[in-house]
Amino acid sequence: MSALAARRRHPLATALIVVLGLLVTGVAYAAVMPSTADASTSTASADDIEEGRKLFLANCSTCHGIDAEGRNEAPSLIGVGAASVDFQVGTGRMPLAMSGPQAPEAPVRLSDEQTSQLSAYVASLGAGPAIPSEEAIDPAQGDVSKGAMVFRTNCAMCHNAAGSRGALTRGKFAPPLTDVEPKYIYEAMVTGPQSMPVFPDQTITPDQKRDVIAFLSTINEAPDPGGMSLGRLGPVTEGLVAWVLGLTVLIGFAVWLGAKSS
Amino acid sequence: MSTTSPLEKAGATTGNWLDERVGASKVVKGFSRKIFPDHWSFMLGEVALYSFVILLLSGTFLTFWFVPSAGETTYTGPYAPLAGQHVSEAFNSTLHLSFEVRGGLLMRQIHHWAALVFVVSIIVHMFRIFFTGAFRKPRELNWVIGMLLAILALIEGFLGYSMIDDLLSGNGLRIAQAIVLGIPVVGSYVSFFLFGGEFPGEAFVPRFFVLHVLLIPAIMLMLITIHLILVVVHKHTQYPGPGRTNNNVVGFPLFPIYTAKAGGFFFIVFGVIALMGALFQINPVWIYGPYDPSPIGAGAQPDFYMGFLDGAVRIMPGFVEFEIFGHTVSPNIFIPTLVVPGLMVTPALLYPWIEQWITGDKREHHLLDRPRNAPTRTALGVMAITLYVLLWISGGNDIVATHLHLSINDITYFMRVGVFVLPALAYVITKRICIGLQRKDREKVLHGRETGRVFRTEEGEVFELHAPLSAHDRWLLVGFDAPEPAQALSATDAAGVRRPGGRLEKLRQKISKFYFEDRVAPVTPAELASAHHHGDHEEVTAGEGSKPAVGSGH
Repeated sequence: MSALAARRRHPLATALIVVLGLLVTGVAYAAVMPSTADASTSTASADDIEEGRKLFLANCSTCHGIDAEGRNEAPSLIGVGAASVDFQVGTGRMPLAMSGPQAPEAPVRLSDEQTSQLSAYVASLGAGPAIPSEEAIDPAQGDVSKGAMVFRTNCAMCHNAAGSRGALTRGKFAPPLTDVEPKYIYEAMVTGPQSMPVFPDQTITPDQKRDVIAFLSTINEAPDPGGMSLGRLGPVTEGLVAWVLGLTVLIGFAVWLGAKSS
Repeated sequence: MSTTSPLEKAGATTGNWLDERVGASKVVKGFSRKIFPDHWSFMLGEVALYSFVILLLSGTFLTFWFVPSAGETTYTGPYAPLAGQHVSEAFNSTLHLSFEVRGGLLMRQIHHWAALVFVVSIIVHMFRIFFTGAFRKPRELNWVIGMLLAILALIEGFLGYSMIDDLLSGNGLRIAQAIVLGIPVVGSYVSFFLFGGEFPGEAFVPRFFVLHVLLIPAIMLMLITIHLILVVVHKHTQYPGPGRTNNNVVGFPLFPIYTAKAGGFFFIVFGVIALMGALFQINPVWIYGPYDPSPIGAGAQPDFYMGFLDGAVRIMPGFVEFEIFGHTVSPNIFIPTLVVPGLMVTPALLYPWIEQWITGDKREHHLLDRPRNAPTRTALGVMAITLYVLLWISGGNDIVATHLHLSINDITYFMRVGVFVLPALAYVITKRICIGLQRKDREKVLHGRETGRVFRTEEGEVFELHAPLSAHDRWLLVGFDAPEPAQALSATDAAGVRRPGGRLEKLRQKISKFYFEDRVAPVTPAELASAHHHGDHEEVTAGEGSKPAVGSGH
C-alpha cells in the first residue's frame, strides 16, 4: 500500500486513473446495455456471401463503392445489417433507378434468393440488425390495442393515424402502410430507411413492434363501418366530397325543380 | 256536387276552429298568396335551411347517447384496437353510439355530412346574393344577418367536432388555444378563462356541449327566423326579364306550387344527405383514437370551413415572432388567425354600404344584376373567392404534396407569393371577361345573333347573316344600369368656402373611378335604331343575290 501511496503524485497517476475510469465505464456500459448488433445470427454459407458480393459489385457498387463505404449521397453499408438490405431490395427501393427526394417503392429487381445472398454479404461486412424471425412478426401474437397506442405516439405523426401516408419536407414522404408485409414493417423500424428514424429495441421493444404489426394488419383488414373510406385521409377528402358531390347533386335537383314549371 | 264529403267537412270544421281562435285565415291567406319567382339559384338558401333542420333532428338523436364529460374511463366496447385504453366519457360515448347503438353511426354521419352541406350551401348562397347584387337596399341588414349566420355556422361546427375529444379534433383544439394565446396581452388570461385552467383540462367538453347544442343553435334559429321574415317583408328579388319590374314579383304562389316544391325539395335534400351518411365514412374517430396532448397524426386538418385559417397559419413565415420585456409576442399566429380573417370578414359585412356610398345609389333594388353587368363587383367577388380558395388549399398542403408528388416547401413558397398575386390576377381576368361579355351583348343587340350561315357575293365578299333578336331577348341585354364614375366636385363651393367632407368626397371619386371607369353602356334606343337601319340595308343587299331568303324577323 505504501508503494502505491508513494506514487500517488506521480505525473502519470492522473492519466492512469482516467484510463481506468474509461475502461470501467466502457465495460460496464457494454455489460448493462443490450447490444443492438447481437441480432446478426449469420447462418449464411460462404457461397452465399460470395454470390452476394458479386451481386453487390454488379448492382450496388456504382453508388455505394466497391468497398461498400459509401460515396457522396450513398451511405456506407458496413453495419447496416441484413434487415436493411432485405427491406430496401425486397421492396424494390434499391437498386435505385434514379435519384430523387427519396427512393420510392418500385418493382422488385432481384429474386428472393439473390436478395438473401446480398443480405448475407452486407451482413458479413459488419454486424447489424438481422431479418426478423417469423415469430417476431406474427400479427396473431401481437396486442392490437397496445400496438395502436405505440403507433399513435411514434408513427402517426408522419404516416397518418390510419397509416395512409403523410408529407415530409421537400418532396419526401412517409409512405402508406396499408399494404406492407409485416417483415418490412419490422425491418423499417429497426433500420430506419430513408427519412425514417431508427426505433431500436430500447425505444420500441420487439414485443411492441409486433403489437404495431398486429394493429396495422387489423385496421388494414377491418372494413370501414361508415361506408367508403375516402382514402382514410380525414377532412380534406370529406370536404371535397361535400363540395363536388353533395353540391353538384343538390344543384342538379334545384335546376330540375326550377325548370319544372317555368 | 251538392253534398260535401266527410273529409271536406272535417277540414272546414278544423279550419273554422283555428280561425276563430288564432285568426289563422288571415295568416294563411297572406302566406299562401305570397309569390316567389322560379330559379334554381334561389333554392341554395333553401338547401342551407333544410340542412339546418336535418342538423337539429339528427343532433337531438345524438344527444340521447353523447356524454358531455371529459372524465376518464376505460374503453370496453367491441372495437379491438382501442380495447382497454383510457379514454374520456365523451369519446367513449361516441364510440358506443357509433358501434353499439342501432342506427347511431348512420345518424352521426348524417349529422356531420349535413353540417358540411350546411356550410357549403351557405357559402354558395352567399355567392349568389353577392354576384347578383341582391344585398342592395332594402336587403343590407339581411346580408349582415346571413354573414353572421355563416360565421356562427363555422364556430358551431368547430365546437361540435371538438367536443368528441378524439385525437384529430384535439390537435385542432390545441391550435385554437394557440390562437387565443396569440392575442397580445390578454391571450393567456383568455385561454385560462375558456378552458377553466391549463389546456386542455376537463372543462371544455361540457362547455362546448352547452354552446353547441343550446346557445349557438338558439341564436342561429333566431337569426334564421329574422332572415326569413325579412325575405317575406322585402319580397323576393327576381332576375330581369319581360314583365318583371322593380315593383312586381313574377312567379308562383306559395300555395300550392311552392308548398309542393319546397316541401319536396326538403325531402330531396334529406335524401341526398342521408345517402351521403350511408355511403361515405366521415370523421372516423375510432381511427384517430382518444385525445392526448402528446401525439399528433399526419394530415391533421380541420373540417373544410376552418381550412382557410389553418392554411393561413401554414404559409405564415415564423420569423415574425419576437420578444419584448421578457414577453413573447406572436404575430406569426396572431396575424393569420385573427388579422387576416378580420380583414376578410369586415369588408364583406360592410359591402352593401360601401357600394352604396360609392354609387350614391339610395334606390330600392328588387331586380337582380347579371354578374357581367357589374364588372368591378363581380371581379372583386372572384378576387375574394380566389384568396379564400388559395388559403384553403394551403390548409391541405400536405395532402396536395403527397398526392401530386410535389414538395411541401415549394407549395408553401408558391402560396406565400400566390395569395397576393393570384387574387389580383383573378380580379383583372374576371373584369376583362365581364367587359368582354358585355361587349358581346352589345354587339348582339346592335347587329343580331350570328346565324352560322355564311354567304359569298358574286364579287367575292364573304359575310355571315345576322338574325335580329326578339324583343324578349333584347330586353335582357339592354335593361341594366351602368353607372358612370362620380364627377369631380370642386373643393370649394360657389362662395369659395371649402366644401365639408371634401377629402372623403375625393376618396369616393377615386374609388368610383376605379369601379366604373371601364364601363360598357347598354344600347340606347337611338343606337339601336341607327344600327337597324344599317342592318336592314345589309339584308336587302343580301336578298338581291341568288341566295335563299333569310327571315329578317321584322
